[in-house]
Amino acid sequence: MEKFEVLRSAAVPLAIENIDTDQIIPARFLKATSREGFGKNLFRDWRYDSEGNPIEGFPLNDSRYSGQILVAGKNFGCGSSREHAAWAIYDAGFRVVISSYFADIFRGNALNNGLLPLQVSDEVLQRIFQQIEADPTTEFVVDLPKQELYIPAWEERISFDIDAYKKECLINGYDDIDFLVNQKEAIEAYEKNRIWAY
Amino acid sequence: MAKSLFDKIWDAHVVRSIPGGLDVFYIDKHLIHEVTSPQAFAELEERHLPLYRKNQIVATADHNVPTKNQHLPIQDPLSRTQVDQLTANCERFDIELFGLGHQNQGIVHVMGPELGITQPGMTLVCGDSHTSTHGAFGAIAFGIGTSQVTQVMASQCLLLSRPKRMRITVDGELKPGVTAKDVILYIIAQLGTGGATGYFVEYAGSAIRSLSMEGRMTVCNMSIEMGARGGMIAPDETTFEYLKGRPYAPKGEKWEQAVAYWKTLHSDEGATFEKEYTYKAEDIAPMITYGTNPGMGIAITDAIPSEVPAGETVSFEKSLKYMGFKPGESLLGKEISHVFIGSCTNSRIEDLRTVANYVKGKHKADNVEAIIVPGSKQVEKQAKEEGLDKILAEAGFELREPGCSACLAMNDDKIPAGAYCVSTSNRNFEGRQGPGSRTLLASPLVAAITAVEGKIVDVNRYLN
Repeated sequence: MEKFEVLRSAAVPLAIENIDTDQIIPARFLKATSREGFGKNLFRDWRYDSEGNPIEGFPLNDSRYSGQILVAGKNFGCGSSREHAAWAIYDAGFRVVISSYFADIFRGNALNNGLLPLQVSDEVLQRIFQQIEADPTTEFVVDLPKQELYIPAWEERISFDIDAYKKECLINGYDDIDFLVNQKEAIEAYEKNRIWAY
Repeated sequence: MAKSLFDKIWDAHVVRSIPGGLDVFYIDKHLIHEVTSPQAFAELEERHLPLYRKNQIVATADHNVPTKNQHLPIQDPLSRTQVDQLTANCERFDIELFGLGHQNQGIVHVMGPELGITQPGMTLVCGDSHTSTHGAFGAIAFGIGTSQVTQVMASQCLLLSRPKRMRITVDGELKPGVTAKDVILYIIAQLGTGGATGYFVEYAGSAIRSLSMEGRMTVCNMSIEMGARGGMIAPDETTFEYLKGRPYAPKGEKWEQAVAYWKTLHSDEGATFEKEYTYKAEDIAPMITYGTNPGMGIAITDAIPSEVPAGETVSFEKSLKYMGFKPGESLLGKEISHVFIGSCTNSRIEDLRTVANYVKGKHKADNVEAIIVPGSKQVEKQAKEEGLDKILAEAGFELREPGCSACLAMNDDKIPAGAYCVSTSNRNFEGRQGPGSRTLLASPLVAAITAVEGKIVDVNRYLN
């Protein structure tokens, strides 16, 4: 997993609530057996028509918008548990998704892949959308060690929450597997003493 | 101290807690399928990690499989590769596999319970969000991503923070024609598509208790559709009765011991929940969805809301535009071209019986294509033993072979662009049943009536 510390970037706005993982990556693209290459089908059916032509007006096709931050409406990533959704967003070049809340499974999947789900209040989210609309080049600075979203245009620093362990993982590029495999002794002891063995 | 059902099971599975609030959480059973496991196997190998507890994993092929001619090789090369890869991985790691053609093959959430693999008090995961289904047995069951599939393969554990608790109580008696599917569509419509995010739900109350195990599975199955991490129902005599004698259920003395333990698994009087909701069974009517998330549901005779719900401005309008509906209009009389009966929500024997019972002696409307896909080889076999296949064929319904089918358009079964499909599945997301497809979620009974009438009707008038 790639390390994440501080990111300075413009952002791409997707002001739609309840974006489900079927929109992020439709099921027909889940047939790969590797983790690579999902980015080209990110938001496939919102981004391209049935002939594969870019749909005008969709923010990812709009040359005004760029950057490694995706800003989306509340309840982002609901529905299917497909980790391919996090892979597709990452593969398309994004490192941060900002929303007012995330579906639980998506949040976990993102964190396991070095993609930061950054939660802000509804009010801040709406201000961010307005800001990007007014000036698509607006820069955002995501400072993970400080747990701070800095918006130079507002001269404002907004703090965000993240689990302390997950924060360390992202900063150091670790994932849960190394940690869990190192718990073998405790796990074996648990297996010998549990209430009911299935 | 009074404990909730959820906490009793959670606490029994904490290997250790680490500073910062995370638990090393033990998983009893891991179900895998072809779509979300290949990258996990690859990662194990890349990291040179052994598979830790192969006997706690069971595999099946469901998402990609065709529902016609399953005895022939899968035509789609990508689907075939994925299914073949699952077979190869299971052989290599010596994992029990119910592959295509096996008598136990089926949708993972139909297969596990019917074989008695799912049991009360257990923790169970699968790389599929509808793993919440298994909570119907009083288990902690939830969907995970592929990285977590690897973690469970390597350690039989996950690193988790404890979700908050929610209890949803439905008391009273359900009206005629109101099924488990209507109960859960009603609850999701009340809470909204994100209303239970961060929570684990326990369903309680006399209306829930009165449901069969299959009905309980339908309810728990859709917990994820309101954002819940999972849903569960305390085990009782209905649960024990269902499990007894199933191939993987404990036998003899072990069975007695198991039941004695399972009887302790209920929320104690005074257990606390961060959120509680109570509904009256009498208020629930046959339901249908009109939009593109499962929270957008109404009683079938109600009109689509005329006002935009707060905080949903963009998605509400986008949704109705996609569906071709207007705010405030009724769905009654809308023509439907497709009916799909199947999926991990509603493809069990009782669902097939409900449909067969209604369509017996009737015929589907000419404008409707109706397919019915059993959840497993076992369900298919039983349906044939009961003669349901003949009733369905005479009514013009096409009975297919088991698989996820048109629930997610990953296989050959797709709904055409623009077409309306009344579906017993769990998601009405844009394009879920095929690019441009328009899904209306409903119960098997509503789906059967719709297929016969060819349009959305007030189903209350069609019940005897």
